[in-house]
Amino acid sequence: MTTAPELDVPRAPAARPARRRQRSVDAVPWWLRVVVALVALYFVLPTLFVIPMSFSESSTFSFPPEGFTLQLYRNFFTDPVWLTSLRNSVAVAVVAALLATVVGTAAAVGLHNLTGRMARLARTVLMISIVTPGIVIAVVVYISFLKWHLVGSFTGYVLAHAAIGMPFVLVSVTSALSGFDPKLLRASASLGANPLRTFLRVTMPLISRGILTGAIFAFVTSFDEVVIALFLRSPTFQTLPVQMFNSVTFEVDPTIAATSSLVVTAVTVICLVPLLLGSRRKNR
Amino acid sequence: MTVLARERTDPGRSAPAGRRAPRPHWLLLVPALGLLGVVLLIPLAQSFLRSVGAPDLTDEHYRLLFTDGVTLTVLLRTAQTALLVTVIAFVLGYPYAYVMTRVGPRMRAVLLVIVLVPFWTSVMARNFAWILILQRGGPVDEFFQLFGLDVVLYGSVSGVAIAMSQVLLPFMVLPLFSALSGIDRRLLLAARGLGSSPLVAFWKIYWPLSRAGVTAGLILVFTLSLGFYVTPALLGTPQESLIAQLLAQRTTQLLDFAGAGALGMLVLVITLVLVAWANRIGGTVSAIGVVATTGTKEQR
Repeated sequence: MTTAPELDVPRAPAARPARRRQRSVDAVPWWLRVVVALVALYFVLPTLFVIPMSFSESSTFSFPPEGFTLQLYRNFFTDPVWLTSLRNSVAVAVVAALLATVVGTAAAVGLHNLTGRMARLARTVLMISIVTPGIVIAVVVYISFLKWHLVGSFTGYVLAHAAIGMPFVLVSVTSALSGFDPKLLRASASLGANPLRTFLRVTMPLISRGILTGAIFAFVTSFDEVVIALFLRSPTFQTLPVQMFNSVTFEVDPTIAATSSLVVTAVTVICLVPLLLGSRRKNR
Repeated sequence: MTVLARERTDPGRSAPAGRRAPRPHWLLLVPALGLLGVVLLIPLAQSFLRSVGAPDLTDEHYRLLFTDGVTLTVLLRTAQTALLVTVIAFVLGYPYAYVMTRVGPRMRAVLLVIVLVPFWTSVMARNFAWILILQRGGPVDEFFQLFGLDVVLYGSVSGVAIAMSQVLLPFMVLPLFSALSGIDRRLLLAARGLGSSPLVAFWKIYWPLSRAGVTAGLILVFTLSLGFYVTPALLGTPQESLIAQLLAQRTTQLLDFAGAGALGMLVLVITLVLVAWANRIGGTVSAIGVVATTGTKEQR
């Protein structure tokens, strides 16, 4: 991704030979290309600062980093606080993603077969958590979960994260279903399959990519979620982003640089999966 | 109501399944609505009821928001910050979206992935990186020291705005891109052919045609930046706190659940009204969800 600005120059003209005739009249001016390259850097570059920092010998956040050591990575992989937080995060994200995927897929299939004002309303309601500010969700969830004894519990984290991950499953499965030929359902029914069997044997294999993409996004959403997690934390149960928050605000623990590098790498790899799936589909 | 909606379903599509079992399609929504109910709808309702002092109704907590002298100041500061974020996002997002409409499909895919990078990099890693960059002695400070200036953006509203713009830019670029790619460029060529200068052609033709996308993007970015918590909490200062910090403080430190509920409702209503407005103009609410999953979709 760091090479993107360099790609800008050689590729852009090559990619549109058909416009060659127009270019003299209607070209993208060079200064605009520079602006876009700078904006692209603004998107990508800042996060990369954590990587050199993760090899620093300094015990503060001072930049530029000093020396070269793997000490921060050693901290991360030996400190039980960091390791437990990581384990909690993975466990919560896996279960939350599973739950979000199952209920989100069911809802997408249901909505696909429904029309009318009620269905539109239902879709809006299901998407509402995307536009609700995270802090508002966090506050109301905290106040209610406190009463229900769900604060600081695995169940509480899973429920909250599944709910905010579900809209992403809904969007991605809905888009997969839009390319689905309903005649296949009739064919399957006419051959004697019941609706469940039809779903498992016909619909699901055809929308599996959409389901997988949604599941991955739900996983990442939960794995990365900080705001609700900060409110649901307890001394006995917290997730990795919460520990990262602590290490910046209370502890000034540079281990966060190593953690950030690991998380950025892991999430990038996970997010590339749907991209690769997408492009393979295009080539097919 | 269920019956009504069911009867409206397209008979051609759902007839075979519909005749045998008309209900399942609505039943499929139950788990999702149930999950959302437990996590969002019921807690929202409970907080609302508490904020109006149910069972005996009172508007005390809402009146306090406007009379306690703190909330309004913070709200105003939040709006100013959001405005700054919006301006930055617009200035950077417009040329970016424009160029996205002008390059080949491969380059467009690359530019799109780059837009989505901050959206999918870890929130904490991203904010930590901004602390490194903006802190005293960090790269930005060092850069300005070359000119003899002392600019420490860490702990200032501008620093918060710069870091927030980075992650909110997708919400500007994507609606803009969809609006700009619908503009017929031959109109510009026609204007040039009729003797207009490029600047006039842009201002008289391109800009008015792009206005719907611009408005949607502006509202969207402004709205979303109202609710940011982590960035102001980490990069800002408690003395210049934003509305989300105030909300968190009232909940976890002051345990003023009724007051927090009232403030939460206010923030939620402002957000939903603005989003509904943006949605009417640019049809972009689903765009927010699509931002997340579009990485794969738009390319196809």
